[in-house]
Amino acid sequence: MIELWQFHGGIKLEGHKSLSNKNPIVQANIPQFLVLPLLQHIGDPTKPIVEVGEKVLKGQMIAHCHEHDCSKRISTPVHASSSGTIVAIEPRAVPHPSGLRAPCIVIETDGQDTWFERVPLTDYMELPPSVARTYIAQAGIVGLGGAGFPSHLKLKPEGIDTLIINGAECEPYITCDDRLMREEPDKIIAGASIIRHVLGGAKRCIIAIEDNKAEAYSALLETAQQQQEQVEIIQVPTIYPMGGEKQLIHVLTGQEVERGKLPASIGIVVHNVKTARAVYRAVQQGQALISRIVTVTGNGIKNPQNLEVRLGTPMHVVIEQCGRKSGIKRLIMGGSMMGFALPNDDMPIVKTTNSLIVSRNDEIETPSLPMPCIRCGACANACPIHLLPQQLYWYAKAKDFKKVRDYHIFDCIECGCCAYECPSHIPLVSYYRYAKAEIIASERDRKKADLARQRHEFRTFRLKREKAEKATRHKQKKAVSDNSKETAIKAALEKSKAKYDT
Amino acid sequence: MIEIIAIGALGGLACLFGLLLGYASVRFKIEGDPVVDQIDVILPQQQCGKCGYPGCITYAEAIAKKEEEINLCPPGGEVAMLALADLLDREPKPLNVNGMEETLSLLAIIDESTCIGCTLCIQACPVDAILGAPKQMHTVIDRECTGCELCVAPCPVNCIKMVEIPQAVDTWKWPYPIVPLTPEDQESKTEESMEPLL
Ligand code: SF4
Ligand code: SF4
Ligand code: SF4
Ligand code: SF4
Repeated sequence: MIELWQFHGGIKLEGHKSLSNKNPIVQANIPQFLVLPLLQHIGDPTKPIVEVGEKVLKGQMIAHCHEHDCSKRISTPVHASSSGTIVAIEPRAVPHPSGLRAPCIVIETDGQDTWFERVPLTDYMELPPSVARTYIAQAGIVGLGGAGFPSHLKLKPEGIDTLIINGAECEPYITCDDRLMREEPDKIIAGASIIRHVLGGAKRCIIAIEDNKAEAYSALLETAQQQQEQVEIIQVPTIYPMGGEKQLIHVLTGQEVERGKLPASIGIVVHNVKTARAVYRAVQQGQALISRIVTVTGNGIKNPQNLEVRLGTPMHVVIEQCGRKSGIKRLIMGGSMMGFALPNDDMPIVKTTNSLIVSRNDEIETPSLPMPCIRCGACANACPIHLLPQQLYWYAKAKDFKKVRDYHIFDCIECGCCAYECPSHIPLVSYYRYAKAEIIASERDRKKADLARQRHEFRTFRLKREKAEKATRHKQKKAVSDNSKETAIKAALEKSKAKYDT
Repeated sequence: MIEIIAIGALGGLACLFGLLLGYASVRFKIEGDPVVDQIDVILPQQQCGKCGYPGCITYAEAIAKKEEEINLCPPGGEVAMLALADLLDREPKPLNVNGMEETLSLLAIIDESTCIGCTLCIQACPVDAILGAPKQMHTVIDRECTGCELCVAPCPVNCIKMVEIPQAVDTWKWPYPIVPLTPEDQESKTEESMEPLL
């Protein structure tokens, strides 16, 4: 038994996991239309490389990074998730808390589901790590835990000695990692070895699982022993938010990642179990990321379960497949703690959709009336990042963004522990999201303002110069005309004089 | 004897530090007026003149000389006013913008079919965001327009319109949380969220 540490704060939550973790993962139906947003990850949007009317095959790249190079900017390609014809490239509603539209590629499927050419890289071990990394970048893989950071950028072999595969899955309701670990432990472990190779041979490789997923744990343990892989399968306590990168690292290694730094700064990289499987598929089978596992659950669903869904599938297709109950009042993408509500279900499943919680009214508790903060400190005790949520709330409410920053708002992972514990029922995380958004926007405005200042200065300078030039031109002209006048007078005088003389 | 040594030592130290300070003031001399620059950084740089000054920098100079209030810039709004109050250690004041709203982000659009190419708007634009030549249709460079509205009035054929910059996923902001304050408030809010969604 290896020694484990504890992170500060955290909360124990009702899991609601048994709703959806009993049934095996099923394939979702192929929808008539697939809607693939150009931006499904954190970073820059991709650019379409296909045109309307073009026929595409499953797994074919349809949108690529800036200048077809995924290492320059934070970006990763998008692939067709089934075969068919491109029918539109236009703005469509995307799953985002704003409910706004963003550019998407729409494919009308032909039902054949024909694969594009797949080139596996089975002998990756003999090749330098960069070859497999390029494969992963080309496959469009992002962190599938929900954050959506392009994975190839987290696979740079710079002094990484520990690889952690995150199977904690601490959010209530979500069970896709649990099911995957039970059903495909071999692929997760194979994916972990590939990642390890790409990282230049990390010394330790740990797969961490919360202790409420006993079956997943034994499945992985058994497979690891059979394959004699050098991986450590470790059970961690079930405390929310165990799945947070920094929390998991602390529990497993006792090390703290500094504020504002990435785990790589202390030689650690964390990847989700689904990402490991996607890496396995990309390298060993030559398949791009075209589908993901989604938990569809909540009391508005007849058969809550996990499905392997093609990216771009509209949510209503998936909800229909699981059995929609009547009187649905709320749809949440993500878990009940960190997810956000969507205005309707006519939006596509994207790379970051780990779960859909569909609720009828009886599951929504009436939000309690927020009361003033009594400075009890319960929030600070619960915060896993050692922040002072009550101070953050105070300054965010007063719109004092400088102070909010001084209290490290950008370290807040929006886990919601503070709001959960708050006896005054203050929606603390809403204030933090608001403050973060304002700060980011003001930085953007600042950049624009700097540009405007430069242009204004240049214009003032230009006007001055033009005025000066005009003045000198005027003077010259005047001088010239004065000269000519004088000569004219002289000439006239001379003429008259001559006349006079004769 | 001891007194002389003490006086000598202290005197020497005084001279030394005096020289050091003198050197530092030359070596690390700050160009320009740092307060004006700090104020200017807070102002939104629309150059719209709604504060009554021709451009943000002149308003910044007036504030720095304590000749002017800090609450006159409508585009900057409450945020800029609070930042100025904080910087200058003055009392925050409600915005005094003569009925002018805290302006949203706007963008000028020229109706290119009506434009007669008179160049009047180019002359009005404080940031050279309009492209065009005499007798040719003019157009606004979106990225550089500050939304100051100065080009609207001079146009003799009224072909310039200010439009709101449409919200996009990457510029959308989480709103300020609206929390119910009374039980009645809350009931109406809950009822709203109980409307069937799908
Ligand atoms: S838990 Fe709530 S009431 Fe207590 S200090 Fe934090 S914000 Fe205030
Ligand atoms: S939401 Fe932010 S402030 Fe609140 S507990 Fe989580 S990390 Fe701490
Ligand atoms: S009102 Fe504001 S943006 Fe407009 S010129 Fe004055 S300081 Fe600049
Ligand atoms: S184009 Fe018009 S609104 Fe835009 S910056 Fe120039 S003058 Fe102002």
